[in-house]
Amino acid sequence: MPPAPAPAPGPPPAPRTGPADGSAGSPADAVASAGPGAGGAARSAGGRGVAERLLVRRETVVHRLPAHCKLVALLGFVLLVVATPREAMWAFGGHALLLAAVAVAARVPPGLLLRRMLVEVPFVAFALLLPLLAEGPRIGVLGLSLSEPGLWSAWNILAKATLGVTASVLLAATTDVRQLLLGLERLRLPPLLVQIAAFMIRYLDVVTGELRRMRIARESRGFTARGPRHWGVLARTAGALFIRCYERGERVHLAMLSRGYRGSMPVPHRAPAGAAAWARALALPGAALVLCLLALATR
Amino acid sequence: MHVPDGFFDAPVSVAGAAIAATAVAVSLRGARRELADRTAGGAPGGGAERVAPLAGLVAAFVFAVQMLNFPVGAGTSGHLMGGALAAILIGPYTGILVLSVVLTVQALLFADGGLSALGINITLLGVVAVVVAWGVFRLLLRVLPERRGTVTAASFTAAFVSVPAAAVVFTLLYAVGGTAEVPIGTVLGAMVGVHTAIGVGEGVITALTVGSVLAARPDLVHGMRRARPVRRPARVVWIGGLAATLICAAVVSGFASSSPDGLETVAGDHGLDEEEREHPLAGSWLEDYGVVDIDNERLSVGLAGVIGVGVTLTAASAGFVALRRNARERSGDRSGRSPLPADA
Repeated sequence: MPPAPAPAPGPPPAPRTGPADGSAGSPADAVASAGPGAGGAARSAGGRGVAERLLVRRETVVHRLPAHCKLVALLGFVLLVVATPREAMWAFGGHALLLAAVAVAARVPPGLLLRRMLVEVPFVAFALLLPLLAEGPRIGVLGLSLSEPGLWSAWNILAKATLGVTASVLLAATTDVRQLLLGLERLRLPPLLVQIAAFMIRYLDVVTGELRRMRIARESRGFTARGPRHWGVLARTAGALFIRCYERGERVHLAMLSRGYRGSMPVPHRAPAGAAAWARALALPGAALVLCLLALATR
Repeated sequence: MHVPDGFFDAPVSVAGAAIAATAVAVSLRGARRELADRTAGGAPGGGAERVAPLAGLVAAFVFAVQMLNFPVGAGTSGHLMGGALAAILIGPYTGILVLSVVLTVQALLFADGGLSALGINITLLGVVAVVVAWGVFRLLLRVLPERRGTVTAASFTAAFVSVPAAAVVFTLLYAVGGTAEVPIGTVLGAMVGVHTAIGVGEGVITALTVGSVLAARPDLVHGMRRARPVRRPARVVWIGGLAATLICAAVVSGFASSSPDGLETVAGDHGLDEEEREHPLAGSWLEDYGVVDIDNERLSVGLAGVIGVGVTLTAASAGFVALRRNARERSGDRSGRSPLPADA
């Protein structure tokens, strides 16, 4: 956690809301909030949480860019990829090369990149079904009768989804979660929404840790869920988890009130991003724009 | 099920983002009210600054509960989507906020769901699922008798309906801006079919979870606060009923079958109508549910319907008012004052 920002003139004392705030209630909570060794973070190497584990710590140009510049770049890139006509296969190759260049510049290991891209597997399966389902003229491939527009659709979804997933993975791998949240706030997302996201991420490990401990408690009593017959037990787990989460939220709120919280978080210093940073960040969507326009022009 | 990039074209993606942004803006205001309600006698300051910690913790809960695997059998398992559960447990506005935050974090950090499709994902899994579930839940609580099983039934139905409802909206969006050339009927059938099955699981899990929370902390279940049906002001019922009747009489009547109804058919088939005489009013200006001098049939029937509604309403109201006055006078004789409270 970064050092507490110097108190700004306006807002009250900075309410530091580390997980320890949630332990206002019981000793069990204190264990839950103790961090490494107790929460879901235990498995990870450096004791980092679910969200922090995503970051690949490096000192590169990509890592150093301000988060909000990267967010704008990512959004622009993804929208341009979606807008690129699917017939221009070479353009998608170009998009992929751009992302590869970013990955190399950020020194993100390719293996890690590929592992995290597995999240799109269900849609790969869906896309592979499209050539069988879609209408239109059929062509025979390997003894299967496939719809030609269906093949195009499958390619379209596969290419665009893969590029989108890769770009998002790169953002998460090169940007600290807290910086990402600050970036969202600087992009004028409602501060309340950003605060909710911040609390969610801050307590994600505590909550998943509770869920894990409940699972261990169930299993140590010889319970293994095998089918819908056992849903009742799992649902009671979910219900108990909700009650714990809600009560913890109430305690956190009271703890924050006692530290002078009035509904808004103090904002740490925010140096405006220089033109150079913007130029570097927007190089990616800029190049993608050129590809997209070329693809539209040559259609 | 999170929609990836490239599934919808750019205009629909942007439109989805606009819908999601509007819903989130509305919910940001509503959530303050929703969470402030619970502070009665509690923490100082009311609800506004309770939103972030409470909604944040509930968002972490929804995220975690999506990781809880419910085995279906044969090695497969499913998980909760959580829209209906969030709506019932913490209210629709906070529910939309929570789901939006969860989906945004999933898209940004875990690359689950495309960033360009984030607006669509929020619209489907956040807004549609939450609003439908909430509407169904409250409606059923109001309609069903107040019994133990009612909440379970309402939770199940709300969660069950919310999933295919999102699938239907998905199909609508797909019809406007889908990128695959799959016929719309196939998409609708597949989406609604699959999601009805998923909805059963969602419904069962949601009902069980709501039940377990109700057993331990019934005060936390937002959907059960003020669960006793609020008496609707008589005027609302009256105007609503009148509007519905007039619409039926004026518009829907135009689509009514012109064939003889059941009684007339049977009478005709069995020769019961030999003795039938023309009604003494036959030939009047409203004969046979039409206004005589108007040629357009739909207009004529509709106008006759409206006139009929007016006449019936006047006659019935006059009768009712007379009856009530009569009853009031009699009870007034006994007790000396009106039996009705002042605000009735």
